[in-house]
Amino acid sequence: MNKTVNPNELTSDDNCAPLYAARKKIYPQSVSGTFRRIKWGLMAFCLGIYYLLPFVRWNRGIGAPSQAVLIDLPNSRFYFFFIELWPQEVYYFTGLLIVAAVALFLMNSVGGRIWCGYLCPQTVWTDLFYAVERLIEGDRRERMKKDASSDPMKLERISEIVLKHSIWLLIAWWTGGAWVLYFNDAPTLVKELVTFQGPMIAYIWIGILTATTYVLAGYMREQVCVYMCPWPRIQAALTDEWALNVTYRYDRGEKRTSVKKAAELRALGEHAGDCVDCYQCVAVCPTGIDIRNGPQLECIQCGLCIDACDNVMTKIGRPTRLIGYDNDINIHRRQEGKAPVYRVVRARTVVYSAIIAAVGGIMLYTLATRSLLDVNVLHDRNPVAVRLSDGSIRNAYTVRLLNKSGYDRVIAIDVNGPVNATVHVVGVDSVTPDRPMIVIPRDTTSELRLLVTAPADGNPEKSIPVRFHVTDIGLGEAASATDNFVSP
Amino acid sequence: MTDHHNDIDSVSGRSTTGHEWDGIKELNTPLPRWWVITFYLTIVWAIGYWIVYPAWPLISSNTTGLFGYSTRADVAVELANLEKIRGAKMVALGAASLAEIEKDPALLALARAKGKTVFGDNCAPCHGSGGAGAKGYPNLNDDDWLWGGTLDQIMQTIQFGARSGHAKTHEGQMLAFGKDGVLKTDEIVTVANYVRSLSGLPTRKDFDAAKGEKIFAENCVACHGDGGKGNQELGAPNLTDKIWLYGSDEAILIETIGQGRAGVMPAWEGRLDPATIKAMAVYVHSLGGGK
Repeated sequence: MNKTVNPNELTSDDNCAPLYAARKKIYPQSVSGTFRRIKWGLMAFCLGIYYLLPFVRWNRGIGAPSQAVLIDLPNSRFYFFFIELWPQEVYYFTGLLIVAAVALFLMNSVGGRIWCGYLCPQTVWTDLFYAVERLIEGDRRERMKKDASSDPMKLERISEIVLKHSIWLLIAWWTGGAWVLYFNDAPTLVKELVTFQGPMIAYIWIGILTATTYVLAGYMREQVCVYMCPWPRIQAALTDEWALNVTYRYDRGEKRTSVKKAAELRALGEHAGDCVDCYQCVAVCPTGIDIRNGPQLECIQCGLCIDACDNVMTKIGRPTRLIGYDNDINIHRRQEGKAPVYRVVRARTVVYSAIIAAVGGIMLYTLATRSLLDVNVLHDRNPVAVRLSDGSIRNAYTVRLLNKSGYDRVIAIDVNGPVNATVHVVGVDSVTPDRPMIVIPRDTTSELRLLVTAPADGNPEKSIPVRFHVTDIGLGEAASATDNFVSP
Repeated sequence: MTDHHNDIDSVSGRSTTGHEWDGIKELNTPLPRWWVITFYLTIVWAIGYWIVYPAWPLISSNTTGLFGYSTRADVAVELANLEKIRGAKMVALGAASLAEIEKDPALLALARAKGKTVFGDNCAPCHGSGGAGAKGYPNLNDDDWLWGGTLDQIMQTIQFGARSGHAKTHEGQMLAFGKDGVLKTDEIVTVANYVRSLSGLPTRKDFDAAKGEKIFAENCVACHGDGGKGNQELGAPNLTDKIWLYGSDEAILIETIGQGRAGVMPAWEGRLDPATIKAMAVYVHSLGGGK
């Protein structure tokens, strides 16, 4: 038994086996059924939003963009229907990202990789590209045969390939095209783009996204999910025993046998598995796995194997959902003759829902009560204080007034703090000397230099808190900021 | 070349280089083919680079390359582009009067931004980055002005300077009364105390106010005016206020009176273009002390 180990062989055969595995091309078969219909519907819905949203108009008045969803980078504004966000309000996006992440966790703890299977852009576009492929080159068997054929290509085959790639590129190009429309007025930009007057950056981005869509959906496909995406790993760490996943119910399926033998066994009153080993679940799988091997990292849980299996079960007269949304707990319970239990309300789903509700609630509250008038004050650093010829003290501040509304404002500035202070805004002749008034145009920021002068006698402290209170005298909205008034 | 390639090491299965020390052979581990090809390509690339771009130093110049490319020319083009971008706005600034600039929020913002940068580059060494000044260099934030604090007066001072040698410069200086033998030491101490009394600063107990007033009237009033209120025509400071360019200590005043003062502000006309000088005048005026 003591076989001599040749280190040479060990090195070349075992340790040096390449870590790289070449992709095995996958030819998913077409399938019809409930989950396929859901996927078609969601695809139409998601792509419809993506491609058409830039063309939805929203009236914000004269001088403001009329596009419902617009990321206006040159003017640093984000428009979403009735919401207009400024750069300093990016925390709304942080909140949105928190909600999105926790929603993903919630989906996962309720029904597994719902995101991966139905909503992820990688899935949606790959599905669309497969549909194009199937339409032109035929279903699984035909495509396999065509690819395996070693005969010289005929004109028909060449034209098929050219047509497929042309349609893919067209979709990819449209995808890139829709992307840039979110960054500029869509109808104007479309007109510019087709007359070759568009900005270079738009063409570059269309090019980049055309390339990524074409490569990711046309070539890399399931490899993105298997090798590139972190979510399968995170999902595996986040899941629990109650989460429903696309599952092969081996309690029903095993032991696999043929239709005929199963009928014979059943006639004898013996147990026979429902799985007839037809490999339909494998044939339709877009990631090329066998769901009967149990939960796998590669499984995006698109539900197409459920459709495939249901069709077979119906044909052979056995109950459907041999593959379905289920978990191991219920498989064991059925094996023990108990009724399955589905527990959607669990600690984690409650916590996730609570986080979503809390973060969403805070965001909605801050959005609803967000002030359209704001003031920031910055004390001059050098010099912090100036002694004037009559001995009084002056402090200078940079005051930034933000008018986030769609109308011009008349703002009055009240300064409270040092005793007997006078206030002056550079470049502004105010009718009311101690209460300067300034007009701030709509949707702009005004930076003012504000000087506060106070007699030294009444203000002996080294530093006095000072409050800048700004009021829109037309509408009554107000905002304030605090700083200090210091002596030299 | 071939002999050592045939010498196969029995453990690793690799060929050796033929080098052997004490029975230890060096394995032949050549660089990967792709690496070697890339390396040769970089050499080819470098030769192309020498031809296309400026590369080799010559005795008094350098090779210029096929297209005469130069980074300096690039900078010149970029600067010209910058001028083009700024052009229209700076023209508007140059065309507007100083008062108009201060009344127009857009022009005021431009002038302040431009003025702040230019101030930092040219004025900050003496006046400080925020114009707070130093001993002998006026604070530009306060309301005390040697040569006047209106927009026009500030602009004039920036343009022509003070005691700068420019034909239109501000002239007038504090004479060295002690050094030049005009006043004796005890007279200087007396008048220094008198000057301190003008702004309510404490004086020596034995100081003779009447004598001080007499010396002041005979020597100082010509420039500083009756009561020491100063004269902006001559750059003579107001001696009755709380602001002192060199300081109000008795010792400093004795030094000032004895040795004189004649701080220099350079003329900026010719060094800065008119629009920039305008921007700077508006900026300095907006610091807060402007009249």
